[in-house]
This record gives sequence, C-alpha cells and structure tokens, in this order.
Amino acid sequence: MIENTKCQCGHNNPLGTILCEYCGRPLQQDNAEQSSIDKEMRYEGKARWSQKAGKKSIIDHIWSFFSSVKIAIYLILITLVVAGIGTIFPQEDFINSTTPEVYYQEQYGKLGEWFYRLGLSDMYDSWWFFALLSMIGISLVICSLDRIIPLYKALKNQKVMKDIQFIERQRVTHQQEIDPTQKEQLLSDLVAAMKRKNFHVKREKDALLAEKGRFSRWGPYINHVGLIIFLLTALLRWVPGWAIEDFVWVREGEMQKIPTSNYYVKNERSFAEMYLNQNVVKKYQTDAVIYAPDQNGNLHPVHRQSILVNHPLKYKDYQLFQSSLIPELGGIRLKVMDRKTGQEKGAFLVKLTQLAVNQQYRVGDLRVRLLEYYPDFALDENQQPITKSQEPNRPALIFEVLEPGQQSGEKIWVISGENLDQITKDNRFAIDLAGLVMVNKSGLMVRTDKSLPFLFVGGLICLIGLAMGFYWQHRRIWIRVKENKLYLGAHTNKNWYSLQREIQQVAKGCPLDIQLVRD
Amino acid sequence: MEKIMESFLLGTFLLYLFSSISFMMGLTGKNTDAEVANKKANRWGKIAIWLAIIGVVFQAVFIIMRVIISGHFPTSNMFEFVAFLCFASVLAYIVIYFMYRTLILGAFVMPIAVILLGYASAFPKDIQPLIPALQSYWLGIHVTLAALGQGLFTVAFVAGLIYLLHRVGGEEKGRQPFYLEMVLVILLMFVGFSMVSFIAQAVGYQTTFTHMIDGNQVEQVYKLPPLIGPYKGQVSNSSSGWKEPLFNVPSWIEGEKAASKLNTTIWAIFSGLLLYLIIRLIIRKRLSLLLHRVVKNLNHELLDELSYRAIAIGFPIFTLGALIFAMIWAHEAWGRFWNWDPKETWALITWLFYSAYLHLRLSKGWLGIRSAWLAVGGFVVIMINLIVINFVIAGLHSYA
Ligand code: HEM
Repeated sequence: MIENTKCQCGHNNPLGTILCEYCGRPLQQDNAEQSSIDKEMRYEGKARWSQKAGKKSIIDHIWSFFSSVKIAIYLILITLVVAGIGTIFPQEDFINSTTPEVYYQEQYGKLGEWFYRLGLSDMYDSWWFFALLSMIGISLVICSLDRIIPLYKALKNQKVMKDIQFIERQRVTHQQEIDPTQKEQLLSDLVAAMKRKNFHVKREKDALLAEKGRFSRWGPYINHVGLIIFLLTALLRWVPGWAIEDFVWVREGEMQKIPTSNYYVKNERSFAEMYLNQNVVKKYQTDAVIYAPDQNGNLHPVHRQSILVNHPLKYKDYQLFQSSLIPELGGIRLKVMDRKTGQEKGAFLVKLTQLAVNQQYRVGDLRVRLLEYYPDFALDENQQPITKSQEPNRPALIFEVLEPGQQSGEKIWVISGENLDQITKDNRFAIDLAGLVMVNKSGLMVRTDKSLPFLFVGGLICLIGLAMGFYWQHRRIWIRVKENKLYLGAHTNKNWYSLQREIQQVAKGCPLDIQLVRD
Repeated sequence: MEKIMESFLLGTFLLYLFSSISFMMGLTGKNTDAEVANKKANRWGKIAIWLAIIGVVFQAVFIIMRVIISGHFPTSNMFEFVAFLCFASVLAYIVIYFMYRTLILGAFVMPIAVILLGYASAFPKDIQPLIPALQSYWLGIHVTLAALGQGLFTVAFVAGLIYLLHRVGGEEKGRQPFYLEMVLVILLMFVGFSMVSFIAQAVGYQTTFTHMIDGNQVEQVYKLPPLIGPYKGQVSNSSSGWKEPLFNVPSWIEGEKAASKLNTTIWAIFSGLLLYLIIRLIIRKRLSLLLHRVVKNLNHELLDELSYRAIAIGFPIFTLGALIFAMIWAHEAWGRFWNWDPKETWALITWLFYSAYLHLRLSKGWLGIRSAWLAVGGFVVIMINLIVINFVIAGLHSYA
C-alpha cells in the first residue's frame, strides 16, 4: 500500500507515515489529491500500531479491535442502554421483599417476571455487566497506548519551516501578495501581535510558527488514565478484604462486637427527633462508644462519638454509619396479684434482652423465678410451645411464684396478648401486664474500604485531564513568506471559529487583509 | 422577609420575560436592508442581555434569601431544583455570551428560561424541612455543580436547536423537520402545563379523592381538575364545581399518586397541543418554518461550535458535580459511594451519553446536523432524569 516513504525534502519517514515528519508534505498520492489534510493532523500522519499494514497476527487483531474508537463508542452506548434498562423496575437491593422470584411477577406482571428471569433485577452485580465495564477498561488502556507514542512524536518536533503544500492544505489558510520591502516589518509585527495573544513564536528565516496550549493535547490521555485507575479500583473491590460491608444492630445500653474486627460498639443512647409540628424526621442519632481489648482481653473505651446521618463514626480503618433506627420492645412491667384478696403485691421489670432462666425477682415478700422464655411464641403440631425466632414479637414467659420459705411454688404463664385467667383459675396468684418499656435499636452499617483513596485519586486525575483538554486548546499558526507571497495556515484541535477570530484580530493590527469569519 | 423573597422571584420571572421579548423585538420585523436590520437586532439585543444579567442577579438574591430563611441550600425539592436549573442555564448563556458575543442564542435561551421558571412554579413552593440524609453542605455543592453542568448542556441544546432550525427547519418535507416540530411541540407542553397550573393555583383549585390501595384507604389531592380519576375513587371534598373525573384509571394503575400524576401529564399534553393549534391557526405554517426565517442568516459553523463549546465547558463541571461529589456525599451519608439507584444511574447515563457525543465528534467527524441532534438528545436524557425518574421511578433521591 505505502511504498515510497522518502519525501521530496529528502527526509526518510517510517513506514505508514502519511505526512512527512520533517516538512509536513503529504506523502501519498491519494492524500495529496484531497483538498484538505485536516484528518491527518491529529497525529500529524504518524503511524500507529493498530494501523499496521500487511499480515496481522491475532494479537494485532485484538489490539486493533480495542484501540478503535468506534468500538469504544459502541461499548459506551451498550453500557448506557443496559444501565437504563436496569432502572425500569427497582433493583433487588431496593425492594421490600426477600423473595424476588415472586415479587417481580406480583408487582409488575409478565414484564416484571422477565425482568427477573433475564437477570436484570440484579444486573449491576452481574458477571456480564462486570465484563462490559472491563472491556471499556481494556479499550481505554489499549487505545491510549496505541496513540500515546505517535502523539508524543508529533508534538515533540515542531518544525518551523513547513512545506507550502502543508500550509495551503490546512483547514484555515490564507495567502496574500506582499511588498518585499515591507517583509521584515510585517513579520516582526506578526511576531509581536501573536505574542500579545500568548502564543509562543519561533522564527526560522522567513517562516514563523506560533503555538499555544500544546499541553492540552495530553488532556484526554490523562483523563483516560484517571478513568483506568478508577475502573480498576472499582473492579478490584470484588477482591476479598478490599471492601468489607457489614451491619450490626445495637440496642440502647448494649454493646456489640463490630463484625470483622476486634472492637466493640456500645450504644449509650439513640433517638430520633422530629421537626416541630411536622411529621418529618429531623435527626437520627446514636451516641456510641468504641471499646478495644487490651493484652488481657479486657475492654476499654477508646473512642466516643455521636453517629448521625452524614456524620459517620470513624475509628482506625472502620466507619460506622447510622442506617436505621427502630423502637423495640425492651422490657415488660408485670404486676403480681393476689387473687384471694384482690390485692396487688407489687410489680417487676423484665428486661427481655437480658433474660436468663432461673433469674429471680423480688416482689414484696414474694420471689418470682423465671422458668422458661419464648420470645416469639407459637405452638408446634404437638401443641408444644416453641419460639419462631429470637425477636420479641410475641413474648411468652413461665414464672414460678414462691412464698416466703417455700421451695417450689405455683407455675404461671404469661403470654403477650392472651388472657389466661380461665386456664389458671385455681391459682392463688396472677401475673398481669403493667406496662411496656420501649428501647431504641440502632442499625449501624460497618465499613472498611481500602479502595477509597485510589478512587479519589482516579477521579482527581480524570478531572485534571478533562480540564486540560477542554479549557485549553492546542493552536498553531504557520506563516511563511516565499517569492513575495505570504502563506498562512493554522490548525487547532477544537474550536475553529475562535481560532479564526483570533487570527483575524492578529492580522488586523499588522496589517493583513484576512477575513475568515464575520465579527 | 418571605414577602421580599417572593417579589425577587417574581422580578426574576418578569426580567427573563422582558429579556425574551426584547430579543424577539430585535429579530422580527420586515427590514429588507440587512445593515438596518443588524443595527436593530444589536440595539434590542444589548437591552435584552442587560435584562438577563439583572434577572440573574435577582435570582441570586432570591437564592441567598432562601438559604438564609431555610438554613439550607435551595435544591431539595422539585420547585427549587428546576428554578436552580433555570438560573444555571441563564448563567451559562451569559458566560457564553461574553466568550462569543452572540445575541441570537439569547433569543432562544431566555424563553426557555421563562418556561423552566414557569414550570418550576407549578410545584409547591413552600420551604420543606430537610430529612436527615439531605442535611449536609454537600447538598449545596453537589447539586449546584450538577445543575451548572446541566445548564451548560441546556445552552448546548438551544444552540443545537437553532442550528437545526437553520439547516433543516426550512425544508418542507422529511423526517428531520418533522422531529424538529415535535421538539417544539413538547416544549409547548411545558408552557401549557405551567399555564394551566398557574390558573389552577390562582383560583385555588383543589379536589381530594379517597380510594383504596392494598386494602388501605388513602387520600389523593388533585391540584388540577380531574380529567382522569383514581380507580374507584370518591370525591371527598372539592373547591369548585368541576370535581367528577371524566374517566377513571384502570385498576392496574394503583400507585400512591399515580392517578394524579397521569392527570397532570394529560393536562400537559392537551394544553400543549391546544397552544400549538392556536399558534398554527395564527401563523398558518409550521412553527419551525417560522423560526427558520428568523435564524436563516446565521453563521451555522458558529452555532455548531457554540453547542460543542457549551458541552465542553459543562462536561468537566458535570463530572465533578454529578459524579465525583455525588460519590463522596453518598459515601458520607449512606456508607456507599455508589448505590445504583435510578437517579444516580441516570446521572451516569447522561455522562456516558455526552462522552459518546464527544468521541463521535472527535473521531467519526459527527459535526453539524448529527452533532446538533445529539445535543437535543442529551437534553432529553436530562429531562428524563428530572421528570420521569422523579415521578415514575422514584429512588432514594426522589424529590416531590
Ligand atoms: C467512559 C469512558 C470514556 C470517557 C468518559 C472518555 C472521555 C474522553 C474525552 C472527554 C475525550 C476528549 C474529547 C474531546 O477533546 O473532545 C476523549 C478523547 C478520546 N478518547 Fe475517550 N473516553 C472514554 C473511553 C474511551 C475509550 C474506551 C477509548 C478507546 C478507544 C477512548 C478513546 C479516545 C480517543 C482516541 C480520544 C482522542 C484523543 C486525542 O485527542 O488524541 N475513549 N475521551
């Protein structure tokens, strides 16, 4: 395809070069026929690996595939569409159900059923979404590697004296006859005018090169590097130990071990506060104390902090977030009645979360002993008492009431929500409900995440690259005087209108007769 | 103080409106002499841009007063957010104006600002207390930057729209002029909805329905007369004679406010179509054809660059505000920097869309008409995120 890479100017170019590295003259005939060489200007005709001619190996093919911006655009668009489809119905993380297989069908009918069956209901964690993101990542790496060297070469050697063909074929170009006696004056005026516009100007005989914002060409690459770091970190989060997420419930007054750690968290107080006269929560707060063990395993308080939404607790690598707060039945007040006299003998508090069998309460001159406790009472098929869970949803208790000096006494059942007077009507004593005591239970999300600094750095690099690429442009103006004629050509990587206006402003004071755009 | 704040909002609205009118004055008229026409456009345009600048200052004062009164940055409900988006768009236009000195963009940006502010005002304007998750200075930083980015994208959309009016608006037949007309009709629906809401608010219209959801009796308040009512809904009280719906929704539309949202949508569609019909009757040709006459002498390369430039300026701002700061905040508030909730996902989709736009432009040479359509498409994505996601697919973020 490309045979002759030696330019008329005598420079020997590497295979695949399109514009002469030295003077910028188009090397290929079919290129020379095009009126503009605009398309080749990004890498100034430098050869790229992905465009290697001749026989290609399989690696070359993969390389070309991933280095193609067309493929990148497809990958981006596929991700975009797929991500959008995932928002049609809520993801499994957001539904109020532990049985997604029936939930979607019940809530959303046939469509919902397919949503679930196609795996769209948990798609952001799926292997194929992971694969899609990985492919974007690979593409980012390869496309950057593919272009970075040609770009470096293109940007490094900026020759001042360019071939007339190169200047004439630029998208923005101008020629004008000039008076040879005015030449020096004109060129030095141009230098001054362009310097005023912050161009770096170089002169070589009768040729000028004005350039600015070259560094902005690196913007997209820096941006891509930031994205690569970000994506890599995000994908690495699947590696065990990098990011741990757990959850712990702590009742007021209690202490719990923080999962995956040696620390303990104590909830000294937790509460919700409402706005005045409004049914809107103002604040959820947990006053927490972290305890750490010493060498002997004794716990000592090491950190004290109130946890609020938006103000997580931070201790060493761990963070605790206020995720949930619910009031819960913490205790029941019971009173003991003497049936014969109808007298109340006294009351006692049963703390449901700290119950132990055989625990004794003193009520007046009586002793009340706990025999059995069923937090979530039910009867099994043999009519035997069981508990369905450890949550105090329907507490049932069996007590023994002992009079002074007695070794064994009456058994009394207390089941929440049941009136058992009929069953125990021969008893001397009765135990009745005197009141409920609620405690708040805080749900704390526990996190350690080693990836955060990397994500942060990735994001920062990405932004720096974006700013470089978008808030500056690489503009170049070539001017050459040859045989009483001034040739001007200019190139920018973006914002051509602004470049043309700038040239016009430069020309106006010099004076050159350049009208490229309407003011 | 609240009274003064309200007046600043009204002042902003009027200034934007007068600015739009002033821009229009400069463009219309049957001057055959190009020189004279240009002078006239410049004179009116200068007035218009000043009105816009004073309007932005007014709105800034409004925002500051609202911060003082409520103690938090006003981007926490639909009214506040849309009003802020309007502010961001006008600000973005003014920035672009000082870069390129283009008046014509204002002739389209300012009416869209008026539409946005009108649309915002159709939502409840009272200051609401902040739920715990929103109580953070990140609310101000994250939403402001995201909205500024979107404001620039809005300007890019407007430039793209003008570009399309210039290039294809004049064609008599074809798919592109048809879609262009559709875009204008949809814009009119926003206008129609704002007008209907304004009238309903002014007369204090309200009707309450009671109906059943999952065996519980619930109330649904209609702020617009019911064209379509809840399934088996009963009117429990109403401020006016029009209280019976013309239809009821079928039983499967049973969400909490689904029926009133549908009712609102139908009002928007019909009022928009009605407005369009009236305009057609008056001007007796396609709206895009009329607007094409106004913009046909413009430099389309400049418009193309304007649209791109607005996106180029907006993209890093949007990346910072809508993605990076969003992640930092989500990490503070929920302990997860990314949740894949619909609002977040659509911010990502917006970002991916514009990055596809940038790559297409850069490497496939999608300039001009295609690029302009993409700018329109990007605005559609933003509106989907703002309206559809908030109302239909409510996530953690859902305002209203
Ligand atoms: C979501 C992922 C991506 C984002 C956000 C992104 C962003 C960008 C941005 C902002 C630019 C600068 C555009 C301009 O200056 O107008 C750019 C340029 C570019 N991108 Fe990407 N990009 C992504 C993925 C990719 C991928 C996967 C490829 C791989 C083929 C790629 C290849 C390129 C190339 C070749 C350029 C032009 C660089 C130059 O001017 O020399 N991008 N990208």
